[in-house]
Amino acid sequence: MNKRTRWTRLLPTLGPGTVWLLVFTLVPTLLIFYTSFLQRDPHGWLSGPLTLENYRRFFGIGPDGIDPLYLNILGRSLLLGFVTTLAAALIGYPFAFFIAASPRKNLLLLLVVLPFWTNFLIRVYAWIVIFQRKGVLNALLGQLGLDPVLLYPSWTAVYVGTIYTYLPFLILPLYASVEKIDWTLLEAAHDLGAGKLRGFWHAVFPQTLPGLIAGILLVFIPAVGTFVISDLLGAGKAILVGNVIQQQFGASRDWAFGSAAAFVLMAVVLAGLWLYARWAGERGMEELV
Amino acid sequence: MEQRKLFKGKRTRTPGGETIVRLSGVRKRFDPQTAALDGVDLEVRAGEFFSLLGPSGCGKTTLLRILAGFEEPDEGRVEIAGGGMQGVPPYRRPVNLVFQNYALFPHMNVFDNIAFGLRMKRLPGDEVHARVGWALELVDIAGLALRRPHELSGGQKQRVALARALVNEPEVLLLDEPLGALDYKLRKQLQVELMNLQEELGLTFIYVTHDQEEALVMSDRIAVMREGRVEQLGLPEALYERPASRFVAQFLGTSNLIPGTALSEREVETPLGTLRVAETLQSGRRYTLSIRPEKVRLSRNASRGPNRTWARVDDIIYTGAENQYLLDAGGFELVAYTLNSDIQEPGYEEFDYDERIAVHLPEENLVVIHE
Repeated sequence: MNKRTRWTRLLPTLGPGTVWLLVFTLVPTLLIFYTSFLQRDPHGWLSGPLTLENYRRFFGIGPDGIDPLYLNILGRSLLLGFVTTLAAALIGYPFAFFIAASPRKNLLLLLVVLPFWTNFLIRVYAWIVIFQRKGVLNALLGQLGLDPVLLYPSWTAVYVGTIYTYLPFLILPLYASVEKIDWTLLEAAHDLGAGKLRGFWHAVFPQTLPGLIAGILLVFIPAVGTFVISDLLGAGKAILVGNVIQQQFGASRDWAFGSAAAFVLMAVVLAGLWLYARWAGERGMEELV
Repeated sequence: MEQRKLFKGKRTRTPGGETIVRLSGVRKRFDPQTAALDGVDLEVRAGEFFSLLGPSGCGKTTLLRILAGFEEPDEGRVEIAGGGMQGVPPYRRPVNLVFQNYALFPHMNVFDNIAFGLRMKRLPGDEVHARVGWALELVDIAGLALRRPHELSGGQKQRVALARALVNEPEVLLLDEPLGALDYKLRKQLQVELMNLQEELGLTFIYVTHDQEEALVMSDRIAVMREGRVEQLGLPEALYERPASRFVAQFLGTSNLIPGTALSEREVETPLGTLRVAETLQSGRRYTLSIRPEKVRLSRNASRGPNRTWARVDDIIYTGAENQYLLDAGGFELVAYTLNSDIQEPGYEEFDYDERIAVHLPEENLVVIHE
């Protein structure tokens, strides 16, 4: 079989996917990359010549040293991403086991997926209803004779909203792993002298890793780029990288700077994934990447 | 690599060790209707190759899981190496189990799999190394130490599973149909290797199987189980030659079961006529007589004496080593095997379809079953 016939055979199967990736991922990414080296003209359009000015501005490199304004915002986003992922893992991990062990697993899975049936914005607004000064939470606290708390707007509200939004993305892939656990491996570990804790750690936990890692990626990546939740539950005062990017493409009309910020965010996330892949590779867990 | 070894040791079949496992009155129910174990009493002696044999659902695996500590009996007592096992979790029992489907840790290589038990005991690294090396040599897989389970064949996985259990030097090694998933030739080979290993190490093996031939070949003693009870326990020869029930007679090998009523102390009235037996009977009681197909004598010419009848050859099955004849003795079906040894003497004749031949059921080969 020569090369030509092989290509024509592969085209029907690989073709659509390749075209899709080219048109909707690669081309836009390259466009944003190119834009990040352009400048904003006085009318808010893009113009040349090519410059590194946007990146200089993001990293705050000036004549008097470094102004960490945007780097701080990036740091805040990464922190939100880490905390959200950690919290979702701590809540989701036992919950996935709970679902798998429950005789009503279908009902519980439905409850996990149910929020997706409601508009995302409405769900975030619901948290405002809960957290605002005369909201549901303070009404409850009042009933209990406790002082009201001011959680809207606040970073706490942003964190709660983000964790709430992304928790299902951790539970679902993790549940898929937990469902498939081979429990005889736990028996084997017990038989070989591992107690309850070590049995779990050596025989059960490794089996959940693929699902856990998939879940972590599905939560961390969008959480780092969050902007709607911080905008609504922070009432415009909780600024994250996502908000910066959104502002540049919206109100500020500085697409070039927005593109640079988006690219830095993407680079940081990709660097993190690369470090993780290397770490996993060293531990001989290639199949988990 | 898979060099064929013959069994090296001399199987005495009379192990005289002390009792190492004692079960008394063990009962277990998983659902209210059926008892998985319905009162099992057993004693296994140190250094013995002990098999639990029975069809699926007979309770043999439940019994093994109770010994391993994965199930607690509802009633009864389990003692291993002199200690009561009530409430003792699997990880504190002096036994190790070889799982039916190997249950190797997929994320660890062969070395780490075998080292697992030693590391759980927190042995120092160099000792772990030395003992895992010994175990790898023992089961002949030294070259596979760095492979992952998914890179191994079924036979190799079985060796790893065996090494992983043996390396802990358990008082009793429990084996749950360890060769069940392997093909016939490999199974035969591993049977021999397992016997050698057991002999060499002087370990006690409790071996669960549904394969009667495997049990006969390998065991010092066999407990035949049925519906949660031990139906008969004894040496392989004893079980085969003197089955105590119709079930054992049919589960171990093939038997001709002939129902009848005792006419006198030595005579039974059966569909094949009156048969003499070598045992004292109670006149008027119903019995079943059992005779193995290879112990039925066939010949072209009638000979004189008791326990003789005529039959027609209905079917002949040629298996290579023997001819199996399906006979019709006046409406009663009999099976008889003759060896294909080409020896021209009585009992080694060959017969044709529809031939009328003389059948002799020697009284010393007729086993009386009191059922």
